[in-house]
This record gives sequence, C-alpha cells and structure tokens, in this order.
Amino acid sequence: MRTFEYIRAADRADAVARARRGARFLGGGTNIVDLLRQNVEQASELVDVSRLDGAIRQSDGGGLLIDASVRNAALAAHPLVRRRYPVLSRALLAGASAQIRNMATVGGNILQRTRCMYFYDVEGARCNKRQPGTGCDALDGFNRYHAILGASDQCVATHPSDMCVALAMLDALIHLSGPDGKRSIRLTDFHVLPNASPHIETVLKPGELITGVELPPPSDAVTHSEYRKVRDRSSYAFALISVAGGLALTDGRVTEARIALGGVAARPWRAARAEAALIGVAPTEEAFLAAIREELADAQPLSGNAFKIVLVERTVVALLAALAGAHQ
Amino acid sequence: MTKLQNAIVGGVRAVLGHVPASWLPGGTPDPLIDKRVALGRQQSRVDGPDKVRGAAQFAAEVPMDDLLYAAFVHSTIARGNIADLDVSAAEAAPGVALVMTYRNTPKLGVPPTVGLTNLKAAGNHTLPIMQDPEIRWNGQVVAVVLAETREQADHAATLVRVRYASAPARTRFEEGKNSAYTPESILVERNRLDKGDARRKLAEAAFKVDAVYKTPWENHNPIEPHAATIVWRDGKLIVHDATQMINATAGSLAKVFGLKADEVHVSSPYVGGGFGAKAMWDHQILGAAAAKLAGRPVRVTLSRASMHRLVGGRMRTEQRVALGADAEGRLKALLHHGYGVKPRHSVCDEGFSLTGRSLYASESFDVVQHYVDLDLLANSFMRGPGETPGTFAIECAMDELAHALGMDPIELRRRNAATRDAVSGAPHSQNAMMEAYDLGAARIGWSRRTAEPGSRREGEWLIGMGCASGTFPFTRMPGTSARITIDGNGDAHVASAAHEMGMGTATVQRQHAADRLGLPLDRVTVTIGDSSLPFASFAGGSSQTASLAAAVSAASGKLAVQLMRLAGNDTPLAGLKPSEVEFADGGLRSVDDPARHESFTSILRRAGRSELSAIGESGAPLEILKFSMHSTSAIFCELRVSDVTGEIRVDRLVGAFDCGRILNAKTAASQFKGGMIMGLGMALTEETLLDERTGRIMSTSLADYHVPVHLDVPDIDVLWTDIPDPRAPLGARGIGEIGTTGVAAAIANAVFNATGKRLRDLPLTLDKLI
Ligand SMILES: Cc1cc2nc3c(=O)[nH]c(=O)nc-3n(C[C@H](O)[C@H](O)[C@H](O)COP(=O)(O)OP(=O)(O)OC[C@H]3O[C@@H](n4cnc5c(N)ncnc54)[C@H](O)[C@@H]3O)c2cc1C
Ligand code: SF4
Repeated sequence: MRTFEYIRAADRADAVARARRGARFLGGGTNIVDLLRQNVEQASELVDVSRLDGAIRQSDGGGLLIDASVRNAALAAHPLVRRRYPVLSRALLAGASAQIRNMATVGGNILQRTRCMYFYDVEGARCNKRQPGTGCDALDGFNRYHAILGASDQCVATHPSDMCVALAMLDALIHLSGPDGKRSIRLTDFHVLPNASPHIETVLKPGELITGVELPPPSDAVTHSEYRKVRDRSSYAFALISVAGGLALTDGRVTEARIALGGVAARPWRAARAEAALIGVAPTEEAFLAAIREELADAQPLSGNAFKIVLVERTVVALLAALAGAHQ
Repeated sequence: MTKLQNAIVGGVRAVLGHVPASWLPGGTPDPLIDKRVALGRQQSRVDGPDKVRGAAQFAAEVPMDDLLYAAFVHSTIARGNIADLDVSAAEAAPGVALVMTYRNTPKLGVPPTVGLTNLKAAGNHTLPIMQDPEIRWNGQVVAVVLAETREQADHAATLVRVRYASAPARTRFEEGKNSAYTPESILVERNRLDKGDARRKLAEAAFKVDAVYKTPWENHNPIEPHAATIVWRDGKLIVHDATQMINATAGSLAKVFGLKADEVHVSSPYVGGGFGAKAMWDHQILGAAAAKLAGRPVRVTLSRASMHRLVGGRMRTEQRVALGADAEGRLKALLHHGYGVKPRHSVCDEGFSLTGRSLYASESFDVVQHYVDLDLLANSFMRGPGETPGTFAIECAMDELAHALGMDPIELRRRNAATRDAVSGAPHSQNAMMEAYDLGAARIGWSRRTAEPGSRREGEWLIGMGCASGTFPFTRMPGTSARITIDGNGDAHVASAAHEMGMGTATVQRQHAADRLGLPLDRVTVTIGDSSLPFASFAGGSSQTASLAAAVSAASGKLAVQLMRLAGNDTPLAGLKPSEVEFADGGLRSVDDPARHESFTSILRRAGRSELSAIGESGAPLEILKFSMHSTSAIFCELRVSDVTGEIRVDRLVGAFDCGRILNAKTAASQFKGGMIMGLGMALTEETLLDERTGRIMSTSLADYHVPVHLDVPDIDVLWTDIPDPRAPLGARGIGEIGTTGVAAAIANAVFNATGKRLRDLPLTLDKLI
C-alpha cells in the first residue's frame, strides 16, 4: 500500500474541489481500502465523504431522499424504508456482513467494483478492466460468478451490489454534484456495459460526487415486492444471481411488474422485456417463465456459468408466483 | 516410502503377532481408566481467560526492539527461470532495509523432511529455498523485502520487478493422471492390497455399485495466519513461532543453517489454530535467513494470499470405489482405486485408500492409490488426512449400495461391521462403532427418515437424512517426554515441549496429572510450548494427548521410585516397594493399607529437598502394530434442498463417537464440533480454485475461498460411547481429527435422500443440483 493523504471533507464543495485535483472519495472504505492495499487502485489523497450529512427524509413528491453517506445498516433499518420499500431493506441485509454494512455508505455501495478474481490479481492475471488492453483471463478461466447478459469479449465481470438491484427495481434516481454543477440520473443509466472499454464503469465525470439517492413514491408493485439472493453459502457471499421483483394485480391480471436481476451483468439488470411481457396476462408460472425467457433470449453463458440461466428462470418464477399467491 | 519400509513394518508386525499382548504397552490397563476424579469432568481451558483478555501472546505479537517486517514477492509462473530481476526501486523505497533474492540469500540446506522416523524433521518439501533463479511452482517466493513497518514492506514488495522465462509446466490434473506414479507404501502401510480375488468377486456379486468420487484441493485457513518473530542472538537462532512442530522446526532450522541442536530455540505457547497447517514452510527459513543478513530481528506474518501460496493443503483426489455384495448385503468385494496430487517434491501422504481397509469386513480387497506429479505447491496434512477424502468415497458408496439393496444404510453397516481388522486379522483394541450408530440414530430420530428419495417436502424444500461412518487411526508418538516436578508445597508442575493450538492440551494434562498424582486440580500446573522444555514430538495424527499421557504416566512412575528412595526408613511407608504404593492425597500411600501415607511435603522436608523432578518418555507404540486401533464415529445429517435454487441448508448434524474414554467433556465436544464444521465446509463450500492454465491459485482470500459461516452451521449434537480402550493411555484414543471424517458423506447421502440426486463431486454447490 502506498502512503496517501487522508482528509475529511469540510462540505460537498470541498470534496468536489479536491476530487477535481485528483483525490479519491472515501466512503466506508470497505472496498476502496482493499483495492488500494492490493494495489488494484492507487491514490495519493483520500477525501472522506462518509461524515457529510447522512439524512433520510421524505421528498416533496412523496418519495424518499437518502443522502449518499447514509450507512447501509442505517438505511436497512430505517422505518420508512422497511415499511414502504421493504425490498431495499432486504437487499441491503442480504449483502456483506453486519460489520461491513455498519461501515459501508450508499455512495460507496453504488460504486463498489467487481469481485472478479483476475481483477484483484495484480501480479498474476491479465485484466482489461484493471489494465486496458491486456486481455481478460476470466473469459476462459473461472467465470462462474460472471455475466450472462450485456458482456463483451473484453470483459465479462458483474456488478456485485445487492442494494443496487433493489434500487434499479425501484426506479431510483441518483443525485450528483460536480465541478460543472448538479445533475440527476436514473440508477439504471448510471452503470455502463463493458463494450470495448470495461475500465469505464459508470457515467460519472471526473470529480463528480454522489450526493444522494431518491426513490419515487412506492407503486403498487413496490408495496408487493421481494428480494431473493442465491449464493454459495447462507451469508457473507456475493450473489450468484439475485432477483428483486414486484407485482401488482387487478382482476386477476398483471397491471404492473417490476423485475431487476443481480449477478448477471456489469450493471444491475432491469428486466424491461420481461416486465412488458407480463402486463395484462394472468399471473401463472407459465406466464412468468415465458416472460423471463424473453428477457434471457440474448443471454450468453460462459464456460462456467450456464447454470445461471436456469437459476434466474426458476428464481424469478418462484418469486413472482409467491407474490401473486400473496395477492390472492 | 520404500519397499524397505514395507519389509521392516511387515517384519515387526509378524514378530509382534507372537508376542503376548500383556507384554506390550497397555498390557496392564491404565488404572486411571476408571479411577477418575478430575478426568472425565467438564473443565474450561486453562488458556481461556488469557485469550479472552487478549493477554495471551501469539507469535506475531512478541515485542522486540529494532524489529523489521517482512513481505514476500511470489512468482507468477509455475515453471521456468527468473530472467531479469530489478530490486532497485524496492531498495530505494521508504523504510526498506533489505531486499533478499536468490542472488544474496545465504546458502541454505534443504530441511530434513517430516516423518515418523525423524522427530526433529519438519520439512514439507524437498525443493531448494531461494538458492537459484529456478521457479518450481506458481507462488514460490522470489524476493523477501524487509522494512521498518509492515506497510512499507508490502509497498516495496510491489516494486520488485521480475521478468520470467517460462518453461512448460505440468498443472493439469487430467493430463497428470496419464503419468501418475504408484508409491510402494502410504504412511506405514503397503500401498497395494490385493486379497481374495476382488475383481472376480465383484463381477459375480449379486449387488454392486461402481462409481468415481472427487474431492477438491482445500487450503488451510486457521484464524491466525502463519507468523514468526525471529532473532539471532550470539550466534543462536530464536524463533517465536506459531507451530504444532516445535522440536521438529528447531531441528530442521538447525540443519538448514548448519547449527547445533541447542543453538536453535523455538517458542510457541499459543497457536491460533493448526489443523496440520502450522508446520515449517518456507517463511520461517526465509525470515531467519533475512534476519541474519540484515543483522536485525524480523517478523513474518503471512497475508492470507501468501498463506495460500506457501502452505500446502489437502490434495485433490479422484477415487473409484466398487462394492460387491450378496443379497443379504454382506460385502464380497471392495475395490478402491484412486489418484491424488502429490508432487515429487512433496513428502506428505494423503492416504485416502487406507479408509476402506479397516471399516468393513469385506471378503476381498483390491486397493491401490496413485499420485499425480504436478508443478504445484507441495500438498500437506489437513485435519483427518486420508480418512477425510477416503470416507467421502467409501461412505457414499456404502449408501449407494444400501439403496441398491433396498436396505437401511445403518443395517448395511451393521452386517458388515468388522470384528477384527479385515485385512491383517489383528484384533481390535476396542471398537463399538455400531453402538455409536445406535446412539446417533436415536438422537437424530433416524426412524423419521423415509427411504424413498424425494419423498419429504415442505414448500419448495426437499428434506432428507443421511448417515456415514467416520474413522481415524490411533497413533502414539514415540519420544514424547514430560517432566513432573513436586515443589516444597507439594504442588506438581508438569512441563513438556508440547503444543497448544486451542484444543486443551494443558487443560487435559492438568486433569490427568492431578488424578495421576492424587492432587486436587488447583495444585497442578502444566507448562508447554517451548523447545527448552523436555522433548515432545509434533502435534499431529491426533496423537498428542495419548503420547503426552504416556509420558506423564511414565514420569509419575519414576517419581514414585525416587520419592520412596528419599523417604528412607523413617516413613510410614518404610519397607514397601514402589509397586506397593500409590499416589493419593498429596503423597504416597500403601495400596494394601491406606492408613500408611506420607505427603510429598513431608518426604521432601525430611530429605532436606526443595523439590524433586522426574522425566518420563512415551516409549515405542508397539500396540498399534499388534492391534487394530481406530477411533470411529457415526455421523448423521438432516437437511433441506431447495428445488428452486438447489441451495442446501443443513438443519442438524449429530456425531456419535467411539474414541475410548473422553477426558474432558467440554474440550472434547469442541474438538468434535470443530471437526464436523470442517467436514461441513468440505461438503458444501470449500474449494481451492486452481487456474490450470497457469498453475495459479485464484481463491487466495476468504471472500473467494468459502469456509462455512455461522448461518451455514446448524445445531450440532455430539455424543460418545465412552467405552475405554484398554490399550490406550487413560483408555482414550485420539479425538482431534475424527470429527471431520464421514461428515461430507453423511451430507451427500442426505442430499440423495432429499432429492434422489447422487452427487459425487465436492463441494456440493447448487449448480450441481439444478
Ligand atoms: C468481504 C465482503 C463481502 C461483501 N459482500 C457483499 C455482498 O454480498 N453484497 C453487496 O452488495 N456488497 C458486498 N460487499 C461490498 C460492500 O457492499 C461494499 O464494499 C460497500 O458497499 C462499499 O461502500 P463503502 O462506503 O465502504 O465504499 P468505499 O470503499 O469507501 O468506496 C467505494 C468506491 O466508491 C467511491 N465513493 C464512495 N462514496 C462516494 C460518493 N459519495 N460519491 C462518489 N464516489 C464515492 C470511492 O471513491 C470508491 O471508489 C462486500 C464487501 C466485502 C469486503
Ligand atoms: S472479466 Fe473483466 S474484470 Fe474480470 S478479468 Fe476479464 S476484464 Fe478483468
């Protein structure tokens, strides 16, 4: 690990100004510190943004505003989240460990990097994401955890966050503040697919700070939603796949469906095709299966992860069927 | 191991066959088998309070002035040479005191290799250590950086530039099978066993199963990483190590550095988990060499990744088991053939093929194992080596046979339980495996099991039960000694260079010495963990308690003789022979007339002595060559499998153990449960991910190498038969490793019962079930 300066940001403007001069933001440090220690990333200055305002409050439009420095554990436990967006609470609690959730911030969670083992192996592996143009050792190597959707021949890594899968399903909006001012962007547009440049992971501009996340008021399908994570051990493991799903029914027909998938792509995957296919149909297992198959039509399994296709299908069907059952 | 060894062991066995059992160790059963006051009781560990308070000092915590910290640079190719080496940037980095590579490493001998014949040997491989530019496995150390802080050393290590000239490396298991070699012997057993025309009997058997079972490479992950604080003082080498091989490490380091035995001092009072890992690997040697070169003390603390690259684990195996049985389920033939990875430079046998030789009374056997020689880190011992992968194969096959026969799996084992060693014909010293089955079956409620796979369901969860036998041989190490000192207050102090890896060594020997010497517990202390204490062999093979017990017992015998001599004629005991007295009430008394008694204090005072010491030794373990001595167990599991995701959730584990007498219910329960959790990890999650393209281990962190977490570990019940083994000191066989054996099979068998799917390839990850 190289030595670096540690500075606690006085306010957001201070943080942005420092980042523009090359400093890196520090949230809970649960990801970036590991990456620095392993020499995957380098920084000469860390500006701590985890102690900026950390509030959760109702927005004017009846949604929820969550400051970026809110800790994952606090967000999961917040009464408004638990009552109105239970899927978010569940997704958060399905991630990492209690200790890590106590440290991790919302901003850091969104920007956590892939867990591809070759990405971490600075000395011994080739990785386009870490060092553009060197190759991708995961393509023919260990890729059990890797993507089946939206990958490229340059990179097949997944985004590992659980929280972001719920945020994608909730139509969350990310608020940013940067040298050029403020802007907002949908979470589903925030992470980008690898294409030819897997080292570019988001639309974030240099110096831009995530200031908060906004959730729209919960729709009917959000009220009836669930998160299910499938992993290699009961806790403290990243998702092989995960599903955030919600369903609204009227007169035995689906009126609103929300499905987001984790562990399948370089970003949390909003299954828009499947959602569209469900509108107006009767909530049967056959219909759910047909819908998710439509979503997975372009799925491209790798040598070690073909099982993910079946796993996504089954998990989505089971989750939606349970939601439909609960409606009745 | 060699043909010569086979001949010697065979010869000794043949001779012992004619020696009356009463002449051998245990010929007169240990009176403490029954006469127990402190023994057999629940006792908390004597080291517990210090550990909880943080007062126990581990190897990486020993304070030392002028200390330098070491970081390692590991090779990134499996075979070839260092073509270019540039250490200038590393040397110029802040705080760096030394960069050691093959160019400036002092000449180092190859350490003598670990084994039963040389108790002062600890080497795990036979390769030169940083003596030349050659690379022999991916992960080998190519540079050691010493700096004023750990962080500086780690950073400077990233600045060492190495360019390699790669050579073709053998890193693929499947390809390696083609050129596998077949050793003459496995541990002390002859490798090939061909008895009773097994192939013909298999072909003719009414019922048979024939399948291949696979177990992966597993890495050690004790909570305390390997660590050593090393200093040279006046030409002597002092190593504060985390080791389960104190004297073997001292002896080996002496050889490596050309020192006399008494010029190396190894201290290791506390070890944060051993399991076979805490042995001598390259890090102590390189640390000592670097300390010598730098002229300053050095602390080595391996990172998790360095541990995975430098400390060998359980080898990958592929085992074919074929069983043939008649219509009543009696075994006619047992075939067990297999491959395991053991590079030529490795010295550790993974004797998986020994398992099936002792468990069941098959009419015929055809057993042999082969080794695959690859350019990998040497494999090593890991809790229950041999029997852990071996029971997975044998015990899954037994379950498959039971299913084929339509017979309850416990009944199948009952019909085949061996009444003596099925291969050699040697009598059991004691064996009640089927009683263990009865205990365990009652505890888990085996009668609730439905034989039809997939017939129990709760929602999406399929429920199943399974069982399997576990087994581990009894060993007692020769050469372990202990000193008992009686002080002027009549208190006893036991000392031995034995090991405390958290299992309760000192605690149990304190109970033992108290009962042996007729003292209350609080008048006995036990000191272990330092090479300056009386010699002890390594803590391995679940042998330490038995070895140490034999030594303490022998020392107590000598002590009685010396006390009687000191007591002279002015004692109530006058005229009695040592064999006519016994320890009681803080002194000696006549066996026939308990009123004749004199206390230790009184004897010592009269003789004008402030203390009295005697050293006893454990002696050769001839009993294990005459008798078939094995701890056994019956493991039960109840679990659920999601028919949506294939996830397995183990709801209950029950382990019923037949290991002779239990000496301390609390420490024994911890050993059994800990072992079973390791078995659970083997069954469900653990696997070293070796990238066969490069020979590189990719799973070098606890995020990627999955050990079970709390939520994976169910309620575990442990029970024991507590039937004494008359041949073992204190009536107790080893308990340290047996817990791990049989567990993976019980779980895999339960998965079959739940789902009807037979998985033969560990770990049982969900992708194999959907
Ligand atoms: C062992 C382990 C297991 C884990 N398991 C899971 C799991 O199962 N599921 C899961 O979802 N996650 C898991 N995690 C990941 C964990 O959720 C992330 O490490 C955590 O959310 C990151 O948050 P942080 O605040 O600590 O980020 P940091 O490490 O502080 O920062 C991460 C990145 O975000 C940037 N950053 C931080 N804040 C801001 C901001 N406000 N604006 C712009 N950039 C910012 C940093 O510069 C850095 O690049 C695990 C982590 C570990 C170590
Ligand atoms: S999948 Fe992506 S992150 Fe992994 S090695 Fe390939 S390029 Fe690197």
